[in-house]
Amino acid sequence: MSAAEEVVAEGHEAVEAVPKRAMTLGTGTSLVVLAALLIVPMFVKNFIIFQMTMLLIYGLAVLALNILTGGSGQFSLGQSAFYAVGAYTSAVLMEHANINYALTIPISAAVCFAFGYLFGKPALRLSGVYLALATFALATAMPQLLKLNFLEHWTGGVQGLVVTKPDAPFGLPMSQDMWLYYFTLIVTVAIYIFSVNLLRSRSGRAFMAIRDNEIAASSMGVNVALYKTLAFGVSAGITGVAGSLGAIAVQFVAPDSYTITLAISLFLGMVVGGVGWLPGSFIGAAFIIFVPNMAESISKGLSGAVFGVLLFLVIYLVPHGARQVAILGQQLVGKLRKN
Amino acid sequence: MELFTNQVLAGIATGAIYACMALAVVMIYQAIDHLNFAQGEMAMFSTFISWQLMQWGLSYWAAFLITLALSFVAGIAIERILFKPLAKAPVLTNVAGFIALFAIINSSAGLIWDFTIKQYPTPFGSAPFLGSQLISTHQAGMIGVTVLLLLGLYFFFQYTRIGLAMRAAASVPESARLVGINTSWMIALGWGMATAIGSIAGMLIAPVVFLEPNMMGGVLIYGFAAAVLGGLSSPFGAVVGGFLVGIFENLAGTYIPGVGNELKLPIALALIISVLVVKPAGLFGRHIVKRV
Repeated sequence: MSAAEEVVAEGHEAVEAVPKRAMTLGTGTSLVVLAALLIVPMFVKNFIIFQMTMLLIYGLAVLALNILTGGSGQFSLGQSAFYAVGAYTSAVLMEHANINYALTIPISAAVCFAFGYLFGKPALRLSGVYLALATFALATAMPQLLKLNFLEHWTGGVQGLVVTKPDAPFGLPMSQDMWLYYFTLIVTVAIYIFSVNLLRSRSGRAFMAIRDNEIAASSMGVNVALYKTLAFGVSAGITGVAGSLGAIAVQFVAPDSYTITLAISLFLGMVVGGVGWLPGSFIGAAFIIFVPNMAESISKGLSGAVFGVLLFLVIYLVPHGARQVAILGQQLVGKLRKN
Repeated sequence: MELFTNQVLAGIATGAIYACMALAVVMIYQAIDHLNFAQGEMAMFSTFISWQLMQWGLSYWAAFLITLALSFVAGIAIERILFKPLAKAPVLTNVAGFIALFAIINSSAGLIWDFTIKQYPTPFGSAPFLGSQLISTHQAGMIGVTVLLLLGLYFFFQYTRIGLAMRAAASVPESARLVGINTSWMIALGWGMATAIGSIAGMLIAPVVFLEPNMMGGVLIYGFAAAVLGGLSSPFGAVVGGFLVGIFENLAGTYIPGVGNELKLPIALALIISVLVVKPAGLFGRHIVKRV
């Protein structure tokens, strides 16, 4: 019986292989999207600008998970912990050390990278469900750790910390929300370009080789342990940046904002956007921000059920997420051009 | 020393809850190869159904049996209607499906029976068991039922044709199909059995944690942890894992200073992960060797 089982174990890849080219958008499409992101905020209300900022922030967090799961094939339910560390790093530095908000972002990226890298070390021994449980444990432990008594002086305990929203610099005539939006957009674009290039580089190819077949990768000379922990580090670092931006945008950090629910939404965002397709991260982020609100407006008492049904509809229609829609669209355009 | 024995006993008593849940988790994992995040909610819904039947005047055991049958059918129905179409979808999409199911069941139960806490009866009584204040007759009964269930499952899987067919379908679907096993229905059967076992777990747990739509949240986490600790491929391991997690949790709460109720869970989980780092397939799980 065991010999037969060996064969089966092989068939269960966590993530199916994604062609490398399919992981990003074409240059033309990217520029159009970027232009839209630049222009739209000038014509909408502050609240919508705030929502767009949150969209970019969650998009970054989903993107980070996508690099980890879609890139290197490691599953994580612990992203909320990295998000929390990023948020708290920024909040503590801004409120206790009076450091400029923009400077706290690289610091929290570095802190989270180190944290993720170190967490990735013991996680090397685990894979699949076991890794899911380990990261899940991290996510459930994080809010409790932030509430610990001896950290209370820094973290503010259960009450959390209030973060001051920055004004637009150089006397630019913008509201705080709008400035924060453009600031987030700059960071997001920079990280997006970094991620795309990372996945196209030697390291990115190493990630994907590990995802597709660990044994084959190691026999080709890929340092599996190094790249797996590196993927954890990079993912945690980006999530940390998202956390920092989130703390500044929401102007508040508290342990209970970073529970396992956040990690689960980020996971759903990744699935809806398409695992391994980076632009999908932002579509997934839109799903996890707007669909719960939509469900609430359809039925207050049954909002959970409505959300569940909508989620089922999405995964029935497009089991591969937004990526599938994009590929279909591309094929359609290709056909039209031929005619 | 007496404190220690008492805490271990109390740990075994709570461990019985986790063991029940872990057993249901392992059952479905064997059948479909995924962890079902909605399992706790399915058990909660079954428990509410039995409560409703009792409210309508049925006796405990009549309600118990009817719920068991209904859960079995409902488990099969959920698989046929919701998850069969996803059989070819990526694993992560299936996980998203479980989360969706979780949201649907939780919110419907809240709407039908609202979120107030309800008393749930026990068939075993709640007097102290054998003169010990720490284990009540209900908890002893719960341990007894878990052990019986485990024995029953063991005989089912080892000595019946359909048990053999289910094992074959789970471990080598292709070859199983070649010898004429309907693997698709075996999966449905696995869902049915897991849901029925979950409903037993729910009905046993409800007198302890009280009945409400969110009653399974904490229990399911411990159930997963117990199943993973014991090894997901072994029902026996799941039960042992359940008791171990219960004991860990109690001892950590008693002996490690500064550990209140909030830190019990993280510490229990940290301990489990340390075990997994040493034994990645769990305590009793079979290590899967990959063929290159």
